[in-house]
Amino acid sequence: MSTLALGKDLVGLEPLSADQIRLILDTAEPFKEVSERPIKKVPALRGKTIVNLFFEASTRTRISFEFAEKRLSADTVNVATAGSSVSKGETLVDTARNLEAMRIDMVVIRHGASGAAQFLGQRIRSNVINAGDGKHEHPTQGLLDILTLRDRFKRIEGLKIAICGDILHSRVARSNIWGLTKLGAQVGVCGPATLLPRNVQELGVTILPRIEDAIQWADALNVLRLQLERMEAGFLPSLREYNRVFGVTSERLAKAPKDLLILHPGPMNRGVEIDSDVADGPHSVILPQVTNGVAVRMAVLYLLAGGSPDWAHQPGD
Amino acid sequence: MRPILVRGGRILDPSRGIDQTADLLLQDGKVEALGQSLGRPDDAEVLDAAGRIVAPGLIDLHVHLREPGQEDIETVATGAMAAAAGGFSAVCAMPNTDPVTDNQAAVGFIVSQAQRAGKARVYPIGAISLGQKGQQLAEFGELVGAGAVAVSDDGKPVVSSHLMRTALEYARTFGIPVADHCEDPTLAAGGAMHEGLVSTRLGLKGVPAAAEEIMVARDILLAELTGGHVHLCHMSTRGSVELIRRAKEKGLRVTAEACPHHFTLTHEACEGYNTNAKMNPPLREPEDREAIRQGLRDGTIDVVCTDHAPHHYDAKEREFDDAPNGIIGLETALGLAITELVGGGLLDLPTLVLRMSTMPARIFGLPGGSLAKGAAADVVLIDPTAEWTVSPDGFFSKSRNTPFAGRRLRGRADATIVRGQVVFRRSE
Repeated sequence: MSTLALGKDLVGLEPLSADQIRLILDTAEPFKEVSERPIKKVPALRGKTIVNLFFEASTRTRISFEFAEKRLSADTVNVATAGSSVSKGETLVDTARNLEAMRIDMVVIRHGASGAAQFLGQRIRSNVINAGDGKHEHPTQGLLDILTLRDRFKRIEGLKIAICGDILHSRVARSNIWGLTKLGAQVGVCGPATLLPRNVQELGVTILPRIEDAIQWADALNVLRLQLERMEAGFLPSLREYNRVFGVTSERLAKAPKDLLILHPGPMNRGVEIDSDVADGPHSVILPQVTNGVAVRMAVLYLLAGGSPDWAHQPGD
Repeated sequence: MRPILVRGGRILDPSRGIDQTADLLLQDGKVEALGQSLGRPDDAEVLDAAGRIVAPGLIDLHVHLREPGQEDIETVATGAMAAAAGGFSAVCAMPNTDPVTDNQAAVGFIVSQAQRAGKARVYPIGAISLGQKGQQLAEFGELVGAGAVAVSDDGKPVVSSHLMRTALEYARTFGIPVADHCEDPTLAAGGAMHEGLVSTRLGLKGVPAAAEEIMVARDILLAELTGGHVHLCHMSTRGSVELIRRAKEKGLRVTAEACPHHFTLTHEACEGYNTNAKMNPPLREPEDREAIRQGLRDGTIDVVCTDHAPHHYDAKEREFDDAPNGIIGLETALGLAITELVGGGLLDLPTLVLRMSTMPARIFGLPGGSLAKGAAADVVLIDPTAEWTVSPDGFFSKSRNTPFAGRRLRGRADATIVRGQVVFRRSE
């Protein structure tokens, strides 16, 4: 067994080493090509049963995982909260045990409570992949963001990445912070002070108080979705003001010392955290992120299922 | 009732500054005599206390016994037995039962359940407001008449400063303290743990220390305004300790308690989403823990209490956000206090007895806390050097929710005597 093996579950990027993160990224490279074939299927997970257990609404992440599973030839079942026993008040641990009693191999879980993926992983034998738990982590999103950055810059070490927006409530921000800092990037966080978590600088990030600061400093901006309910909860006065003070606009980007790469995990609020001309502009990699999402998730599924990391290396590497 | 002769122990009675090796004779539910080589009355039961501490029974001002309403997780009887096994001769039961202990019949029920159990004494604490709803004052006079020793809306803060003011004023008539759970609900809303680096990493909503300190400051101001006695429950922050220290320097009638988990653990215990480290107030930072320890050392914090809060196994076997707050504490408090506070060089054993027996009795005006002739025959025998491992399966409490399972501790109760009768004796 390689010391690089990921272990049973992927609950976050915080517990992973830099080498483990690189292994996933390197494994994703050959899987990118699978999705470009006319017949987009390899037999790597044939006979494996995977349950996509989504306790929160998700379109993009769920579809991306499902494509990844199907392109690896796994059998998949989707369980969403509506219509399942979950809505009848069954506990998470009972749901998990019942699924496991049906002899499944992997669970992909999205849940509103931080720690839900780890909780599940500690209680069932199947592999557990975190597809987003509360405000904690969304590791495959972090990985696909990093893969997209690596595609463009050919390196991660030494890059300056500013994560902009609601850091406090963002699992995407946390996974990016862990993954990028472990690979040697510098990470800045930018947003209203009401939406920056306590002690966040102790995670090894720089606080950039204004969006103008982030634009001056960074090589790339990862612009987070602003959840509209934050306004009602009193964190922000209005979306209009948020756009005026923190919005990523072409006027602001024009003052940058260099062209900035623009990432967004989606779904976007156009005209709030990001203007349409930026989202659709030449430096946006928002759609390549989505493409890379399938490859990264194939890599994670493949590695957790016990696939050999050697597979990642092309002949002649 | 047979007399009991406790022979040859190290007698600690902080109420009179006594620390000597002697015999103690208990008769008719009272302390009869304390002295060297006391003669044995013919029918007396003899307890050999060589190498043991003999102290007034421990008194816990803050427990939740869940009866009535949640008898599946604790009852007055099982709680009183757990208390006795932990060295407590008396506990004070918070009123957040179902229904709430906000009337004389509810108080009388707890008194009668405790008498029926015949283990540690159980003193009911009445609610400040009807239904603990924070609106209308409960009938303090009738609560006290039925046996309540204090009032509190514990579990919930008294949000209205007006209600807290009137409670402090009205309680003066009956000479009882008003015990407050200090928490600004707008700052604490939705919080699952202390707000700090760990909550940021785990992605859990935090409760800042200021949520407690704002209410501590308010209660101190109201104590000054009214001349009433405010007792501040389960203090957890450095700022609270500083506020209390200043209030005491001004001579205000402010007393305070702290729990073993707050002088032992920090928010790092929540790592891995450990729901047995979820409590309210939450486990805080190392500086807060140190401030609580120093507060207990210098008397800013008057007493150690447990905030014993039983929960069913299933309730804690959940997502961290959804798990209930609280841990049980009656059967680990003494061991943690001896290990952490005495072993840590902060308190000597006489001061520990002061914090866990004499001061609690004084603050709530309870029998006990003293071994003077004529005092209640409530006594604990402590083996201060016994090494043991916390094993929840052996607890007398109905619940098992403790973050201390598997922890090695030093010191525990060997026997507990209540009203002149042995209610607990360790068999090993």
